[in-house]
Amino acid sequence: MNRFPLWKYILIAVVLVVSVLYTLPNFYGEVPAVQVSPTRSAIKADAGLMQQAEDELKIQKIPYTGAFLDANSVKIRFANNDAQLKAKDALQARFGDGYSVALNLLSASPAWLTAIGAKPMYLGLDLRGGVYFLMQVDMPAALDKAADRYNNDLRIQLREQKIRYTGISRVGQTVEIRFSDAATRAQASKYIASTFADLVLTEQDTGGDYRLIAALRPEAQKRTQDFAVQQNITTLRNRVNELGVAEPIIQQQGLDRVVVQLPGVQDTAKAKEILGRTATLEIRLVDEEHDVTAALQGQIPFGDDLYIERSGQPLLVKKNVVLTGDYITDASPGFDQQSGQAAVHVNLDSRGARIFKDVTRDNVGKRMAILLIEKGKAEVITAPVIREEIGGGRVQITGMESAQEASDDALLLRAGALAAPMNIVEERTVGPSLGADNIKKGFHSNLWGFAAVAIFMMVYYRVFGVFSTLALAVNGLFLVALLSMMQATLTLPGLAGIALTLGMAIDANVLINERIREELRNGNSPQAAIHAGYDRAWGTILDSNITTLIAGVALFWLGSGPVRGFAVVLCLGILTSMFSAVTVSRAMVNLSYGRKVRLARVSI
Amino acid sequence: MEFFRLKKDIPFMRYGKVTTAISLLTFIFAVWALATKGLNLGVDFTGGTVMEVAYTQPAHLDIIRTTLEHTGLPEVSVQTFGTTRDVLIRLPLKGNTTSARTSDTVMAALKTQDPTVELKRVDFVGPQVGKELYDNGALALVVVAIGILIYLALRFEWRFALAAIIANVHDVVIILGCFAFFQWEFTLTVLAGVLAVLGYSVNESVVVFDRIRENLRKMRKTSIPDIIDSAITTTMSRTIITHAMTQMMVLSMLFLGGEALHNFALALTIGILFGIYSSVLVASPILLMLGVRREHFIKDNKPKEGVAADGAQV
Repeated sequence: MNRFPLWKYILIAVVLVVSVLYTLPNFYGEVPAVQVSPTRSAIKADAGLMQQAEDELKIQKIPYTGAFLDANSVKIRFANNDAQLKAKDALQARFGDGYSVALNLLSASPAWLTAIGAKPMYLGLDLRGGVYFLMQVDMPAALDKAADRYNNDLRIQLREQKIRYTGISRVGQTVEIRFSDAATRAQASKYIASTFADLVLTEQDTGGDYRLIAALRPEAQKRTQDFAVQQNITTLRNRVNELGVAEPIIQQQGLDRVVVQLPGVQDTAKAKEILGRTATLEIRLVDEEHDVTAALQGQIPFGDDLYIERSGQPLLVKKNVVLTGDYITDASPGFDQQSGQAAVHVNLDSRGARIFKDVTRDNVGKRMAILLIEKGKAEVITAPVIREEIGGGRVQITGMESAQEASDDALLLRAGALAAPMNIVEERTVGPSLGADNIKKGFHSNLWGFAAVAIFMMVYYRVFGVFSTLALAVNGLFLVALLSMMQATLTLPGLAGIALTLGMAIDANVLINERIREELRNGNSPQAAIHAGYDRAWGTILDSNITTLIAGVALFWLGSGPVRGFAVVLCLGILTSMFSAVTVSRAMVNLSYGRKVRLARVSI
Repeated sequence: MEFFRLKKDIPFMRYGKVTTAISLLTFIFAVWALATKGLNLGVDFTGGTVMEVAYTQPAHLDIIRTTLEHTGLPEVSVQTFGTTRDVLIRLPLKGNTTSARTSDTVMAALKTQDPTVELKRVDFVGPQVGKELYDNGALALVVVAIGILIYLALRFEWRFALAAIIANVHDVVIILGCFAFFQWEFTLTVLAGVLAVLGYSVNESVVVFDRIRENLRKMRKTSIPDIIDSAITTTMSRTIITHAMTQMMVLSMLFLGGEALHNFALALTIGILFGIYSSVLVASPILLMLGVRREHFIKDNKPKEGVAADGAQV
């Protein structure tokens, strides 16, 4: 009665072999590597790039142990850190600004393992060090910005159509247009409805004032929000690329949040500055008709903003934005040819160049303010006098305090503007030494806990205890193999989860062993006792494990970050332990006892 | 080797009143601790900044405190963490600002005082995220409880489900009560531990219930309290050994897992200890009080096993 059909043994053997294969990469450790990836998504990493990198290393006589191409980067392995660092400098010098060259660690497992997709477990930041940011997109601001855009578009369109309005302004997230009579309003309403499909129009009459209120349709609002998050993710990715981080993770979480994980980053201040700065550029005209001193006393003219220039001079700047950072295609730090001051050279796209040309032509002799908007606060970097019409879309901005600042500003402008401001709502930094420490401690607690359980089981249940211990070890193997296969992120709570599930997994074996003892005590023959033991215990194991599984699923569903990691391990551990306790341990028992027809006694 | 060779069933149910009284007292104590002291919520839930820094020599907390006071940060709490060289700095959220730059300010100030100081970890959590985590955590507890309730009601019967859930909520409240009474820090990881306990401790009740159900079908002439006593006694050995095994793992985490896993392991330890007690001495008496009967199970199996009506006489 205690025999398995051959296919069950084969199934177990196959599962075991596969598990060993996929667990293997975890034991090879990591080798230093350098990763070269293009900073702009338009450029693809290809065999040519790999060839160039390899040639450069040969010229520099830096030994490397292998190079390969993956998703969008070239990765080169080195035997030691020394060669890795030398190679990084050499490659960065060779490829320049268009590519980011980052230090990386790659699995040292042999190529055939990588070929079958066997990779080591993906370690969370708490185990390998790095920075984690959770950023929230300011959605009201994104909608305000959209309303601003419509405000401008409507003004221009109505003017072009020669539809006379008495006033137009943004009120909250709507645009309010005032007319002197109902007929004009009807005309405008008809025109807007046919041209701007995203707007929903309502009419309002208050005291001889004919108003038309344009608001974004709910579906268009949602599109605007989705677009804002998407653009912000792209922008963040560009900015992270500038930092040269290996394997960054940037992904959307929920409706309006973005998670950024930068493994191995140590200079958190720098990372935060680059990521958190929501700087964009605005060019506006300076209002020179009104009195600045009056404005300083609080009488700011309508349609103007009062700013203090870096030199300490107050300045009245028109609210109307001539040009925004959206039109910028490239920005690079440099120096002004004449004065030698730090400067940023900005290239505008064709539309921006045309606007800039028109504005400079119409306003020769007047001043133009260049503002850097950061977290809703604007700062006038410089306000030069327009000497002549500037065409061709090449603009030079001076007024930066240092070359470093010019370089930072250029980076921000080049990386693109965020569609809406973002705030860091959560930040976690783990030092690399702490990460290594966490792995060591987590590993040790697993090891010693396992040893204690194994010794007890073998002493208490003798041969069946040995089976149970082996089943438990196999369970650990399955769990690690599954985690490696799924590339689920292993965190410190995850490591604790492995220990906990191993502790709980033994429950199934204890249940079986106790049941067998009980059946023996009741006078059953050893074979019958074994059979009944496994059979009866199964129902109990199922019930008790499913309740724990319910807890695990709820944790995964509602948990976040490391708690999710714990939940994944808990759920997987329950599944593997049910399989290993019932099938693997039974296979061992059947192999050793199943054939004996007259079994006098079992060692339990 | 065998520790529990019990010849006679232990009359657990006869002590029902005493054990219920004891658990009621501990439960009330836990609720009192929660109500008066409240949980010492970690930065995950409250929002704020926690920094772990390491010095090469034992750190002088007073000097660190004065240095930080000069930076103008309010209510900074400074304490050692694990060893005398590791220092934990807590900064509450100030006003509405969610500035993640605080950690840089702190590090800059500490560097001027001792350049060898090394930043090991920073956790900054905004107020909104903290509140969401708190709400989600509470929701998770409710979801798990309801999920288990439904599963047990389907697999057993509603009385079993209710008894198990009461016993387990009792465990969870006691863990939370301990954390409140001793003012141990309650973090997200501890919450994960508490939820794992909820799943784990219901395990224990299920194993006993499973045996009660089996006995109800098998032992026709026996009274319900005796059936429960027998079920508890026969599963006693397994209950204690399983708990001992899990406890060994958890102790290994408590002693070797480092500070990061300390409170997690602590929550599990309390959960495991009370899990044994509650599965045996809380869940079963409640089941008895709820009036479990043989008919609840025999009825279902009548056509299958061809049981005669005598089962229903008791």
